[in-house]
Amino acid sequence: MTNSINLNLITQRAIEEGVAMEKGKTTPEYFEACSIIEMNPEDIKRLGIYRNTNVRVTSESGSVVVKAVLAGQYCPPGLAHIRQGVWANQVVPPRTQSTGVPQYSGFPVTVEPAPSERIKSALECVQGACGLWNGGK
Amino acid sequence: MPVTHTQVGCPYCGASCDDLEVVVSDDGTKILEVRNACSIGNEIFHHATKPGRVKLPRLRQEDGSYKDISYDEAVDYAAKVLLDAKKPLIYGFGSTNCEAMAAIGRVAEKGGAVLDNCASICHGPSFLAIFDNGYPSCTLGEVKNRADVILFWGCNPMHAHPRHASRYSVFPRGFFTGKGHKGRTVICIDPRETDTAKISDQHLMVKQGHDYDLFNAFRTALRGHPLPEEVAGVPRDQILEAVEAMKKARFITIFYGMGLCHSDGRNHNVDIAISLTRDLNAVTKATIMAMRGHYNIAGPGQVWSWSYGFPYCIDLSKGTQCHMNPGDTSSIDLAMRNDCDAFFNIGTDAGAHFPIPAVKQLRKHPWITIDPNICMASEISDLHIPVAVVGVEEGGVVYRMDNVPIQFKKVIEPPEGVISDEELFNRIYVRMCELTETEPVWIHHPALDVAKAGTEE
Repeated sequence: MTNSINLNLITQRAIEEGVAMEKGKTTPEYFEACSIIEMNPEDIKRLGIYRNTNVRVTSESGSVVVKAVLAGQYCPPGLAHIRQGVWANQVVPPRTQSTGVPQYSGFPVTVEPAPSERIKSALECVQGACGLWNGGK
Repeated sequence: MPVTHTQVGCPYCGASCDDLEVVVSDDGTKILEVRNACSIGNEIFHHATKPGRVKLPRLRQEDGSYKDISYDEAVDYAAKVLLDAKKPLIYGFGSTNCEAMAAIGRVAEKGGAVLDNCASICHGPSFLAIFDNGYPSCTLGEVKNRADVILFWGCNPMHAHPRHASRYSVFPRGFFTGKGHKGRTVICIDPRETDTAKISDQHLMVKQGHDYDLFNAFRTALRGHPLPEEVAGVPRDQILEAVEAMKKARFITIFYGMGLCHSDGRNHNVDIAISLTRDLNAVTKATIMAMRGHYNIAGPGQVWSWSYGFPYCIDLSKGTQCHMNPGDTSSIDLAMRNDCDAFFNIGTDAGAHFPIPAVKQLRKHPWITIDPNICMASEISDLHIPVAVVGVEEGGVVYRMDNVPIQFKKVIEPPEGVISDEELFNRIYVRMCELTETEPVWIHHPALDVAKAGTEE
């Protein structure tokens, strides 16, 4: 029986993400910077996992595997943060409240442990969604 | 001898720092050193001359691979996609100059396109609120020289605008702010304890998505009415303490960011922030400023407002008139309704920064990326056209977050054969005119002046 918890997710900028993005979105730095979910220690405990374990994050519009880490910028219990970019946008709902802006911050997600699942690369996430992924050849 | 360029502009965030020093090798091809920039700006300049730059347009083949083609072929392809499409969507412009934004206008009109910029997924709600409620703003110079109370509401400049605090808002000593950091009260309102919250005097940890409630509490307290014990997760005492600090201020600036525009409420959050600013002006001087994300994302708002009357989400598909209706003519909504039949991604990365359902929808139609770098959008495109990096290999006018125009410099030449955004858009426009057998219309274009002078003789 795996634990799964419901959290409120926000996706925003981080300087590590900015530096890595300018280096290139296909670089290992970008992967390291963005394929993580920052959580409160209590929520990590509730999930029954160690820090730095892969988790599956599922929203109304998609699902993505990322690594659960302790938030460098403190998140209160119940709130989690995925840095903006490729992995965050696998789960960001495209609803815009008629303003054009998607729901980048403040949408419900389910988080469950996925220690045996692999985090996809940026290219695999985006090209895969468009049917262009050729397995990284 | 290496050459040092001074007063160079930084093509990253909305703070548009213009005090960089860039040391270029004596043959003018390599950037040796970048001074004064933050770690992100530093990376942009060094990245430009690293190996691996794309130097020719690349066209997607049937087997999914890319093949290099000439600029002429790419221009022809792009012109035909625009003319064939009923309602092409041209989106981006976070990272290019105003010259290119003016040039794309001709292309968009000719192609009957929807013209949109990154504000559409960023500060778009700010525009809506500003239309409704005004914008009592100021320049960053005034912030530096006058402001003694700073609010950072739903923004995190320590990460998104790394030099903002040191150049304008927290640390610098200005004309009336000689004590610098010591003379300023910094209040941060954010659901996380961000690095900006850590340098603030007071952090109000608002419950995510409840900013509107907290703004209401501020306005209520300012008018002297009682508050409940807690509003939006923030204890009454903290709210009253912040309000007292604001009442005593000589000059307040409220900086706000995506915490307001990306959360529930969107433009209403910004609307009430402006109302709070107006209320504060009954007591002291108060101003408000949107923390714009890119170095020239205020640019399309300016250029297209004076061209079309609207800053973003501009629908030109009806030919003789244009209109703007976010929620209808905005990129994400067009994508999700499958209401556009070609997509131009220019100086941005919709592949990485649009929600993936929107990317999937747009990918059903021709997708052309115009960007100097390899990014997610370039890797899913039918055609990728590389261009010069603005601010590094191409100068031009950019608008800082406070809508002050700054002339950016070029410090090195682009890779051989790589052209600027402006030249590319002009060539696409000319090709569209050739294909439709019409005369190009240029206004204030140097080429026109030369042509006129030639005929007069």
